[in-house]
Amino acid sequence: MSSTIEQIASQEYKYGFITDIEADQAPPGLNEDIIRLISAKKNEPQWMLDFRLKAFRHWLTMKEPTWANITYGPIDYQATSYYSAPKQKKKLNSLDEVDPELRATFAKLGISLEEQKRLSGVAVDAVFDSVSVATTFRTELAKVGVIFCSFSDAVQNHPDLVQKYLGSVVPYTDNFFATLNSAVFTDGSFCYIPKGVRCPMELSTYFRINSANTGQFERTLIVADEGATVSYLEGCTAPMRDENQLHAAVVELVALDNASIKYSTVQNWYPGDKEGRGGIYNFVTKRGKAFKNAKLSWTQVETGSAITWKYPSCILQGDNSIGEFYSVALTNHRQQADTGTKMIHLGKNTRSTIVSKGISAGHGQQTYRGEVKIMKSAEGARNYSQCDSLLLGDKCGAHTFPYIEVRNSTAKMEHEASTSKIGEDQLFYCQQRGISAEDAVSMIVNGFCREVFKELPMEFAVEATKLLGVSLEGAVG
Amino acid sequence: MLEINNLHAGIDGKEILKGLTLKIGTGEVHAIMGPNGSGKSTLANVLAGRPKYVATSGTVTYQGKDLLALPTEERAREGVFLAMQYPVEIPGVNNIYFLKAALNAVRKHQGLEELDAMEFLQLAREKMKLVELDEAFMSRSVNEGFSGGEKKRNEIFQMAVLDPKLAILDETDSGLDIDALRIVAQGVNALRSEKHSVLVITHYQRLLKYLVPDFVHVLADGRIVKSGGKELAEELEQKGYEWIEEEVAAAR
Repeated sequence: MSSTIEQIASQEYKYGFITDIEADQAPPGLNEDIIRLISAKKNEPQWMLDFRLKAFRHWLTMKEPTWANITYGPIDYQATSYYSAPKQKKKLNSLDEVDPELRATFAKLGISLEEQKRLSGVAVDAVFDSVSVATTFRTELAKVGVIFCSFSDAVQNHPDLVQKYLGSVVPYTDNFFATLNSAVFTDGSFCYIPKGVRCPMELSTYFRINSANTGQFERTLIVADEGATVSYLEGCTAPMRDENQLHAAVVELVALDNASIKYSTVQNWYPGDKEGRGGIYNFVTKRGKAFKNAKLSWTQVETGSAITWKYPSCILQGDNSIGEFYSVALTNHRQQADTGTKMIHLGKNTRSTIVSKGISAGHGQQTYRGEVKIMKSAEGARNYSQCDSLLLGDKCGAHTFPYIEVRNSTAKMEHEASTSKIGEDQLFYCQQRGISAEDAVSMIVNGFCREVFKELPMEFAVEATKLLGVSLEGAVG
Repeated sequence: MLEINNLHAGIDGKEILKGLTLKIGTGEVHAIMGPNGSGKSTLANVLAGRPKYVATSGTVTYQGKDLLALPTEERAREGVFLAMQYPVEIPGVNNIYFLKAALNAVRKHQGLEELDAMEFLQLAREKMKLVELDEAFMSRSVNEGFSGGEKKRNEIFQMAVLDPKLAILDETDSGLDIDALRIVAQGVNALRSEKHSVLVITHYQRLLKYLVPDFVHVLADGRIVKSGGKELAEELEQKGYEWIEEEVAAAR
């Protein structure tokens, strides 16, 4: 059994290639001048610069958190370059104008824009390094009033919306990494769904980290106005690098009364090599705020990064609001993940569901850290939590830290947790029926993740199964 | 079909089979009986290629091939099926999907065309009737939440679909009520033919009332100590295993 797991766990990262595009890059280092440079490069209004500077000054007073169950060498924030943009000579009107090399990169990833556009009806806002280079379907979305654009464009064209909601869920003082992001973020996506509109297609962004030594600081803001519905897909792959790359993104979701936001992620950044050299450091702050009767749903499949520090959370502020978190996280080789969610119940009859599936292989270490907080005002709140861990081999680890805080006695809480190992018995059973060990592992892992995969949009479910190195026909169906 | 010659095998360095010799012809049904700890399950697991069960000497020839040299899944694809004593649960893996994957792996190996979903469902429905399984079984996860009897019936169902050349039943009767016992026997009897061989491993004689063997062997202390026809099973049922153990001791 162990030989198969070794094989599966040791598959080389397929997406390791570097695209040679001339980059417009700031010198390494972080200070107010760099922030002013970023802001100036992006031609930002004064309020945006002020937000950045406030964040930066606050960041200087903060210390990097150490409570997470991860270990990594010190990060030299002064050695990182905080701005890198592919040189674009003019605005693009169609995909044909996109740098062919860039398009080839996307093609290698199997996500060519034209294919996306033609086949799947998915609008793609392709973020390449820090600047959006192509946005599709914008016109069609505009027909129903949906705004889907790069964050920079939103700052230029929809400053009122950005100013109103930016930092409303994740304030610039929130945490070390979110504050850093607030100071130096270069681009990201902005999405606004007007009142009562059901977004006609799934919105999708592919992120790639490309230039060496460039920290990627994405900023995403999604606002679903009253009664609006949207499903958003975030998918990531990054090319192979020897140096660690810092990534500190912030995602803010705002679901106003009766609105619904579903945010799905497939994350496959470079995890480092077998000995743990290289790989992405991924410190992400993702949080949503749900108003009356609103619903927030996070679904994620995390297979990449050397270090993952990520807790997509829901603030259930409005009465009857709903928060969901479905997660599959895989760590192998020397990968470390400390991930989970927070559900903060403020409104009456708020409900939350947490289903977390952790898979550890090789020397991978994984921690589930979840917090469920029922505040005094949350009469009749309910939570269901389930976190399961699956171990492949005997050199990996799984840890669970559930925090539960209940301040209202009417709350109903359920928590289930399990840890299992792909047993030799299970493998033998499959093999005795003629199924190869490799297929058996795939099947068992897929079965383990099934509850989460069924929450994913169709095309992501496919991607997810691929990422886990298994066949589509697996137990997902 | 199967020829076991002076097989020594064990687990964790402990020898359990101590020179077992057995020949099973094509189309024959053999029963192996014996007291607890005599090595019955070890035999089943060694034949099926379960990890940790190690054959230290002796030979096992299956259809002219060295069975012990084949990896576990190859043995299965060559037509060796083990109905397990404790079938494992595989949460989230659909029962019918699992079986389809298994059947197609076997068929591919044997140079047959793989069945598509429709063909497979037709076959599965037909075989389900044999073991009186409800169709709801198809959509459940492999053995998850099955009762003991359901698990055993599922084993026989899988066997019926996979149509093995050599079926080994490892204490399939243990823990079954009389109805389940009848159903299991019915499933095995349906497989009986000139082309199929069956090795039934059991502690009790009761399954053999429904599933009449051609030969009965008594296993004690890692060896076949007595062989006979179906009447040997009845004798054992009446007298227990002690008299055989005494006989063996006296012969030493």
